[in-house]
Amino acid sequence: MSAENILIISIVILLLPLVSFIINIFWGKKLGKLSSYIASTILGIDLILAILIFVNKVFGEYQVSSFIKNGINIITNNEIIQAKINWLNIGNFNLNLGIGIDNLASIMLIVVTLISFLVHIFSMIYMHDDKRFSRFYAYLGIFTFSMLGIVLANNLLNMYIFWELVGLSSYLLIGFWYEKDSAANAGKKAFLVNRVGDTGFFIGILMLFSVFGTLMFDDLFATIGSAETITAIANGSIHLPFGLDYQTYLTIAGILIFCGAIGKSAQFPLHVWLPDAMEGPTPVSALIHAATMVAAGVYMTAKIFPMLTADALNFIAIIGTITAFIAATIAVTQTDFKKVLAYSTVSQLGYMVMGLGIGAFSAGFFHLVTHAWFKAALFLGSGSVIHAMHVAMHNAHDHHTDPQNIFNMGGLRKNMKITYITFLIATIAISGVPLTSGFLSKDSILAGSLAFADLTGGLAWLVPIVGFGVAGLTAFYMFRLTILAFHGKPKTSIAKETKENSFKIVMPLVVLAILSIWIFYSPNPIDANSGWFMDKVKVPTSAVPIEYQRPSMIYEVALNHTLGEQAHSATEFEESMHHFHLPAMILSLLIAGAGITLAFLIYQFKIFNADNIEKQFKPLHTFSLNKWYFDELYDKTAIAFTMFVAKIMSYFDDKVIDGIVNGFAYVTRGVSKITGIFDNVVVDGAVNLVANVTGGLGAITRKLQTGKVQAYVALAFVGIIALIFIFI
Amino acid sequence: MEIGLTHYLIVSAILFAMGIFAIITRKNAILVLMGLELILNAANLNFIAFARYGGLNVNGEIAALFVIIIAAAESAVALSIILNIYQNYHHVNVDEVETLKD
Repeated sequence: MSAENILIISIVILLLPLVSFIINIFWGKKLGKLSSYIASTILGIDLILAILIFVNKVFGEYQVSSFIKNGINIITNNEIIQAKINWLNIGNFNLNLGIGIDNLASIMLIVVTLISFLVHIFSMIYMHDDKRFSRFYAYLGIFTFSMLGIVLANNLLNMYIFWELVGLSSYLLIGFWYEKDSAANAGKKAFLVNRVGDTGFFIGILMLFSVFGTLMFDDLFATIGSAETITAIANGSIHLPFGLDYQTYLTIAGILIFCGAIGKSAQFPLHVWLPDAMEGPTPVSALIHAATMVAAGVYMTAKIFPMLTADALNFIAIIGTITAFIAATIAVTQTDFKKVLAYSTVSQLGYMVMGLGIGAFSAGFFHLVTHAWFKAALFLGSGSVIHAMHVAMHNAHDHHTDPQNIFNMGGLRKNMKITYITFLIATIAISGVPLTSGFLSKDSILAGSLAFADLTGGLAWLVPIVGFGVAGLTAFYMFRLTILAFHGKPKTSIAKETKENSFKIVMPLVVLAILSIWIFYSPNPIDANSGWFMDKVKVPTSAVPIEYQRPSMIYEVALNHTLGEQAHSATEFEESMHHFHLPAMILSLLIAGAGITLAFLIYQFKIFNADNIEKQFKPLHTFSLNKWYFDELYDKTAIAFTMFVAKIMSYFDDKVIDGIVNGFAYVTRGVSKITGIFDNVVVDGAVNLVANVTGGLGAITRKLQTGKVQAYVALAFVGIIALIFIFI
Repeated sequence: MEIGLTHYLIVSAILFAMGIFAIITRKNAILVLMGLELILNAANLNFIAFARYGGLNVNGEIAALFVIIIAAAESAVALSIILNIYQNYHHVNVDEVETLKD
């Protein structure tokens, strides 16, 4: 397929969900249930087109070319096919928009469209009785549109625009049941917390733009490390903001842009919004808060990866590690089905970010993709369970049982066979058991963390320690969830009455569970490196000056004389990662096995009593159950501070601003009173005086006008006679 | 005794005085109008007398003709006004037609 066709089809892929949005938002009420079929068909077409792009781009070869057609600059090489269009031109100020399809984007296109499509199908049943049914599909459409916009962006401006659109649609979907206070608040919280990260993102973008004057990824990367830029900075013809030196500047810009990812991908310290976002409908949680939107942060970090300096990468690795650890410890004690999954998502996102930060780029992105499938499967599975619980509650006329509390479930295995099996496959995958996709990706990240620690030494060993610990915790709490919900005896009568859901709910689960099997990514179930994924997703060459890069990640460029092109040898880090592949695998297997065994011992066979353990570790348990008191901490600090500032502002507003305004009003009133008096007395007096005098004179003279014609004639006659006597 | 300019003027003055008297004293609008005609005719008599005896080189006959024509037109207008007054007030007493006063 030609590069132009690929670009055209990408645009179609991008715009189709927008069409779905427009149809459903304007004609949704008329269409009724039909809106779901229209939206799903559109997404189905979208998915087919995305697969077309994926096959053609990832497995195709493209010649290097660059030409301008209709004002659109189309640039093709084997890495990326992109189009740039000049959007805004004010003097020397140029803003370009564009789309670009590289391997990351084409893989993400499939992830987004497929999960969105499955969620559309799933929601037909799950949202069936909702009174804003078509509105829900409209929101799904706008969300998919904005998410695809992020995926297709080849510059930071496009990305930021769609980034905010994603924030908006996520707000709409989390607060979809806005009649519930908790849902409305969760939507607000997600929006505001994201805003914190996005502000950093925006400042980062402006920092880059003010210095380099472009936001296109390829232009930016080409400029950052070029000899001209470095000379220009050295001789002072390029001014860096705040007088920073170039390395600090690049690090700060990278970290600020990464702030956007901290918000959107729910990284510490902005992870607090994601668990609350579970107030949204469950299909939304699967689509947005498991597979796509939260992955946008990781995707963006992957896109800007070449401009990250060693320090920025370290920062990212630290954030990822902390997030993975905190979230995993919280997930262990949660009782809400979706909250467990939410914290597990945060933890896995931490893994991905950690993977990128330590330099295991392919592994981090690989984990994003595999995680998207099995986490969507887990969320849709939870949706299936919750829906079944709802139906059972409805039949039993029970309105008090919490359908999401895992201690109200149990024994669902027998009633909901397909849901159970698909959920189990996804659980195995997230726990990192061999023969699953999760094993491949997690193992690569862990091998990367060992390599990172080995090459860096010292405190860096905390990264693999936390990484492996979290792997164990993940296996433990995921199996705890599965065992409590699906195994054993039903804990309530409701759980006993649950029934398997219909095809439209089960089918997405099956598709996603199948995609969690290793064979789609690598023929070798224990080594991802033999698969197409690792072959097609390679660490991009760093764009920053070589002395700012992490030494272990610098390619030793050797000129291959026979082919006449530059061939890359593996970096020190990559070699070390290969070296640590086997130890990491064995270690992760042992730890995951231990986690799973422990979960079975405590919750299935009840050899250890969960309550006793809980009592023994009471403070730790409370600490974890209360989510490390992050919400309370933010309440006491950030929110209290904001409120305090707001109060001062309000006081200032009330007293000073209002005082000034009132003072002005008072003075104006006084002046106008005086003017009023002057007007009434002097001006009106003069006018009235004239009128009165005229009136008075008129009153006197009118008496002469008797209206009797004869009198006039007589007077005129007498007058004439008098005149005659006088003058003659 | 030869009849001269003075006689004509005396007749004219008597006519004029009668006209004025009629206008001032009569209440009936028709009679007032008749007084007016007398005045006009007194003026006509003057015109003609001066034209005949005066040697003032005035073509008084023409002026008299004009006056007669205007008097005719004027009396037509005045009579129609009087008719209207009568329709509104059911009398033609000029003393009591004084609504314009206020």
